[in-house]
Amino acid sequence: MSGWFANVDWSEIGQACLDTLAMLGGSLLLTLALGLPLGVLLFLTSPGQVWQNRVVSGGLALAVNLLRSVPFIILLIVMIPLTVLLAGTSLGVAGAIPPLVVGAAPFFARLVETALREVDRNTIEAVQAMGATTRDLVFRALLPEALPGILAGATVTAIALVSFTAMAGAVGAGGLGDLAIRFGYQRFQTDVMLVTVALLLVLVQLLQMAGDRLVRHFTRR
Amino acid sequence: MIHLENVHKAFANGHAALAGVDLEIARGEVFGIIGRSGAGKSTLVRLLNGLERPTAGKVEIDGIALDGLSGEGLRALRRRVGMIFQNFGLLGSRTIFDNVALPLRIAGADKARIAARVPELLARVGLADHRAKYPAQLSGGQKQRVGIARALATDPDILLCDEATSALDPETTRSILALLGDLNRELGLTIVLITHEMEVVRQVCDRVAVLHAGRVVEAGSVADVFLRPRAAETRALIDEDGEDARPLAFDGPLARLTLQGDAVLQPVLTRIARETGTDFVILDGRIGRLRDASFGQLTLGLSGGNTEAALAALRQHGEVAA
Ligand SMILES: Nc1ncnc2c1ncn2[C@@H]1O[C@H](COP(=O)(O)OP(=O)(O)O)[C@@H](O)[C@H]1O
Ligand SMILES: [Mg+2]
Repeated sequence: MSGWFANVDWSEIGQACLDTLAMLGGSLLLTLALGLPLGVLLFLTSPGQVWQNRVVSGGLALAVNLLRSVPFIILLIVMIPLTVLLAGTSLGVAGAIPPLVVGAAPFFARLVETALREVDRNTIEAVQAMGATTRDLVFRALLPEALPGILAGATVTAIALVSFTAMAGAVGAGGLGDLAIRFGYQRFQTDVMLVTVALLLVLVQLLQMAGDRLVRHFTRR
Repeated sequence: MIHLENVHKAFANGHAALAGVDLEIARGEVFGIIGRSGAGKSTLVRLLNGLERPTAGKVEIDGIALDGLSGEGLRALRRRVGMIFQNFGLLGSRTIFDNVALPLRIAGADKARIAARVPELLARVGLADHRAKYPAQLSGGQKQRVGIARALATDPDILLCDEATSALDPETTRSILALLGDLNRELGLTIVLITHEMEVVRQVCDRVAVLHAGRVVEAGSVADVFLRPRAAETRALIDEDGEDARPLAFDGPLARLTLQGDAVLQPVLTRIARETGTDFVILDGRIGRLRDASFGQLTLGLSGGNTEAALAALRQHGEVAA
């Protein structure tokens, strides 16, 4: 075993795994917490919906698209001052979380909006026709009906965040991506590269399986 | 109870879906609104619970003007006006019980009231055994029954039906219409029913308005509109209902006989044939029911005997048009 993976420092790998999981967990939680209301707002202000408002919906859409079109590596760099302000540092796990959230929340918000759009028009009208407030409509009808789609969106977002964390590694965030770049790429230690990629693959697989299982659990047909 | 006065509705794109509609719907009646696809039926019915706002004109329910309502006032009105839809509009993520409970929860009913009321509603629509199922496990007719139970949850005075049977097969349609008829009789529920099918109007409605290009071209009792249509649009709708509207050619005097009520069950033709020596050839005919009343409408060719006397005798039993 040690002959095959001569360069691999398993305790360093272990630490990198923990860093990656911490970055992923922290940024995923914040991304879901910010992206969900943003997605609901995108949906409610779109034409034909209860809060339809061209200015708000157009402005939000523009902001979301702007953030989504900036390559993540650029976002990491231009956000450094803001990151320092929010997290106190631009390095390590804490420093990675603000750019990860800013990069992923707009993406998730769009997926939430798309999932809400799939809710049957007649269902929305039926709930309005009962005398529902917008709050009732959102919490008692839209979110429960769109839950499988939102969970599928959260899965896609979590997986996107895994590759974002690897990129964040390149600018000093630590984690598996950092190892892959520092040792595997810059020092040609192919064994380190293989181990980190394999671990990232396992992580992605687990996320996908957990996501699929949740989606299936909440789908009633 | 429902009063519409010179109601116009133009959409943002400039399309005028309603162009001056006047309508009066009385408490406790089943009122049909029939018209082709695009005539403005859905727009019209959606005005009645404020899902749509008129661009001009007046919409009143029990003397309350809807355009003055918003917020809590509008929500309170909506609890008095139930609605069912062509595609049912059920929440696929909720059980049948929770679907029916939803309007009660929104209205702030407590657990005990919901636990008592929902089974009552499900029993009323014949779904007592299905409370734990999800909508996807039900047939179309059963889904519409859930829709009806849900619409009735807050004890509304008015039920709006937008093409509620259009996604159902003829037999299921009949059973849903029978249920609506029962609810009308038992609860005194006022029903406004939108449809493009003449058969639906015939089976369940008391009165009907024919909507064409955003205007009411004809309105009246179903018997009047169905048996004595005046507007060309109405005639076209009725003719499409039968198989082939082209009259058969007949060489001789013609009479179009309309019978209603008891006269339908009398042996009118054979008796008159015996008495006057005139034979009748039936060229076209419809016999059936309009809600609870029977009717017959026959196009007759008269042959031989005393045709004048035969026509006079026919007039004693029903209406005769040449
Ligand atoms: N939100 C809308 N915006 C623009 N046009 C609409 C809208 N809703 C309906 N219409 C148009 O108004 C007309 C009447 O529609 P509708 O009331 O749905 O007719 P019906 O129910 O009789 O088929 C149609 O021509 C339809 O295309
Ligand atoms: Mg319609």
